[in-house]
Amino acid sequence: MSEHSPGTDLRRSAPPLIFESGSPGRSGFFWPEEKGEGGEKIPSELLRDDIPGFPELGELEVLRHFTRLSHLNYAIESQFYPLGSCTMKYNPKVNEVVARLPGFSSLHPLAPPELIQGALELLYELEEMLAEISGMAHVTLQPAAGAQGELTGLMVIRACLRERGNPRRKIIVPDTAHGTNPASSTLCGYEVVQISSSNRGMVEAAKVAEVMDEEVAALMLTNPNTLGIFEKNIQEIAEVVHKKGGLVYLDGANLNALMGIAKPGDMGVDVLHINLHKTFSTPHGGGGPGAGPVGVKSFLRDFLPVPRILKKDGSFVLREDFAKSVGRVRSFFGNFGILVRAYAYIISLGSDGLEEASRMALLNANYLRKKLEGAYQLAYPEPCMHECVFTDRLQQRHGVATLDIAKRLLDYGFHPPTIYFPLVVSGALMIEPTETENREILDAFADAMNSIAREAKEHPDLVKGAPYTTPVGRLDEARAARKPVLRWEPAKE
Amino acid sequence: MRYTPHTASDKEQMLRTIGLSRIEQLFDHIPQSLRERAAISLASGLTEVKVKKRMAALAAKNATPEGWTFFLGGGIYHHAIPSTVDAVISRSEFSTSYTPYQPEVSQGTLQAMYEFQTLMCQLTGMEVSNAGLYDGASATAEAVLMARRIQSESRRRVFVSRSLHPQYRAVVSTYLRNLEDTELVEIPFDRNGETDAEFLAREVDEKAMCVVAGYPNFFGVIEELAPIQEACARSGALFVTVTTEPLSLALLRPPGAWGADIAVGEGQSLGVPMSLGGPGFGFFTCRKKFVRSLPGRLAGETVDHEGRRGFVLTLSTREQHIRREKATSNICTSQTLCALAATVFMATLGKSGMRRLAEVNVCRAHDAQGRLVKDAGLAPVFTGPFFNEFVLRSKGLARSQSRFAAEKIIPGISLAPWYPELQDCLLVCVTEMNEGEEIERLVRTFSGD
Repeated sequence: MSEHSPGTDLRRSAPPLIFESGSPGRSGFFWPEEKGEGGEKIPSELLRDDIPGFPELGELEVLRHFTRLSHLNYAIESQFYPLGSCTMKYNPKVNEVVARLPGFSSLHPLAPPELIQGALELLYELEEMLAEISGMAHVTLQPAAGAQGELTGLMVIRACLRERGNPRRKIIVPDTAHGTNPASSTLCGYEVVQISSSNRGMVEAAKVAEVMDEEVAALMLTNPNTLGIFEKNIQEIAEVVHKKGGLVYLDGANLNALMGIAKPGDMGVDVLHINLHKTFSTPHGGGGPGAGPVGVKSFLRDFLPVPRILKKDGSFVLREDFAKSVGRVRSFFGNFGILVRAYAYIISLGSDGLEEASRMALLNANYLRKKLEGAYQLAYPEPCMHECVFTDRLQQRHGVATLDIAKRLLDYGFHPPTIYFPLVVSGALMIEPTETENREILDAFADAMNSIAREAKEHPDLVKGAPYTTPVGRLDEARAARKPVLRWEPAKE
Repeated sequence: MRYTPHTASDKEQMLRTIGLSRIEQLFDHIPQSLRERAAISLASGLTEVKVKKRMAALAAKNATPEGWTFFLGGGIYHHAIPSTVDAVISRSEFSTSYTPYQPEVSQGTLQAMYEFQTLMCQLTGMEVSNAGLYDGASATAEAVLMARRIQSESRRRVFVSRSLHPQYRAVVSTYLRNLEDTELVEIPFDRNGETDAEFLAREVDEKAMCVVAGYPNFFGVIEELAPIQEACARSGALFVTVTTEPLSLALLRPPGAWGADIAVGEGQSLGVPMSLGGPGFGFFTCRKKFVRSLPGRLAGETVDHEGRRGFVLTLSTREQHIRREKATSNICTSQTLCALAATVFMATLGKSGMRRLAEVNVCRAHDAQGRLVKDAGLAPVFTGPFFNEFVLRSKGLARSQSRFAAEKIIPGISLAPWYPELQDCLLVCVTEMNEGEEIERLVRTFSGD
């Protein structure tokens, strides 16, 4: 393990850039010339010469390039991916198969509604299913991602409060929140008031009451929060907010802990977003596409984005004429291809399967927590839900930090947990195993973590020099940011 | 149970390790009042066979280009996608990986992002590109928000051309609604279907934040961008172009050559299936001097301790996970898999293939437009040059609908719902997927023979 990898394995070395190989005139595309040169139909001052530097490769060359690149990636289908707050569960293959049916993948969004009834039916049913799972009255599927869902949800809140007479100025966000919460608040024209969570890792109603006034539009809460702890005071907190005329927003990033266990709609939540790429198994894709549907209580229905899908005499119609609506947040219908996958997932599992998914997510997290609590310091002793957070406090004594532990895990063949988040925990290691992992892999991961804890004590330099076995070593991120090189350019003669 | 591998004995042993005897004890700290109402009332789970049947039944209720002949564009385009694209993006190493925050085990995604950024710069003629945004509409809104960060507070008027995609204008308006100091001004279009140059000359002044125009615009017209560039240069406003059909940029003078400060758009036409309009990706390119105001992710080149080249996510101090409420955007994704599809698409077609495909589009669209005017008696509405979409007026449009339905043709997009001034006008799109025979049938059906 401590040996340096020679780095000559073809499967593990990066190919040249697509701009650095190939040959002038080569192309993986064949289309015979058609009558009339296209360029002649357009005035020459509107035309360009060829695209300087553009790739010129053969089809096989292209495939080899990207196949080799793929070998440099870590992925769920190669190994366990315990990233906290990311819910890296298995992405079922059947979802991929059905999303590629031409009856979904080849639909044009501006085809007349009567010719896309199957798609509208799917969207309508998905809205209803997500409403049932989360305990909300209505759902919009338009937001393209969780962060856009947050923005949409806050816009709904703002529109509702504006109608009541005052959109208000502030949003309360706990210090454990995802960074998107404050960023979305700003984008919606609000100031952020940050509150600290208690020494038990939870938001206290009294703390909220201290800052809650008639200028606060909403409180944004994540439940379970990013420490993996259920905010059990949430109903009391919601009451504090509601009493002063504010609304409660729930960041549903961690819904995977709650299905069949507690519904956000019963917690006093007025608006929430759901990340389909987390709880509902759609692939992360290396950073999208995802989808971030938003659910609301019935009094907020008319503020939802347009278009809305309504059922009329057994068929589905699109309506845009809602005067109170926040408007349109994305073109067309959102990330439809992702919505198809989430729909397939829900009908595959059904009520029982979804409830079992959350239960097993909790079991796996608590099991790992138990296995690791001897060697690593827990951030909080409270019971955990679907994820747990450790710190590097015990390892710091030997000069080993969370980043070192994370990099050393790579040598053991595991992706690290989420690190240094939430920000309130110094040196956080946030572990979310998800329900789709078996006991053997959890044991193997725990063994690796415990072995690293021993190494930290006995050979701290070994851990601090990691990783040794990856295609590249630790990369110089400071240099990348100081002198950004963000694109390839041809060598200057 | 489906997708959960736990056997009864696994559960028992794991619970014993934890020190519990029943699963329910894992969540008995949650208030009883919540737990007792939490049951989910949906149908039972289905076998894979039944899931496929149900999905196939829903899919069968939709019109696809296999059964119908489409002449639909308007921001989403039906193009040939080489088989290399799905082969690559179906690889689980790409599709089931997370955002590349651990660069040592994510060089595949990071290098592809860097290649994507380079390709988008080359195609648009701009200096820098990010790794992708949600879609063209939100990319346009992000461009306006970036202009707002760059420009002083005395410049808060956003000029948006009426010939820009109506849904994009709607999204910009939604994003700006809560930023109360910022005003949206619509620029009319002229007889050519281009952004009105006289209006620009008259109205764009030292209060202008930016001018936003489509290229080609929503009517398919390739705008002469010089008047916009001049108005911006004269007044100090930023010049933003929006391209919904980026294949056109393989042939057209790119936004960078017109002097655009920010060039954004929708990338779907570069190798991503139509999929009812999503997911695709928004692309976002700009001048290098604005890079620290850029929204979204960026891959950058660096080296490891041994001097080997590698790529990392960089300039992340702009982003929400570091800067929180002071971030340049709340975005936390880059539609990476769709951007990868575009990267494979552009790499496969390459320099000559991209241009050929763009020329085939121009050829067929012009051939169809000529035939519809000459043989079917439709009237061209605008005189400006076009790429693969054009607007025609057909008096009998409403009456001919049943004829088109019988022929299984969708002849185009009716513009009247968005443009009351364009009654009886149809936006017709012709790509390489429309064979000569389809165009023949379109002309015949319009003629009523």
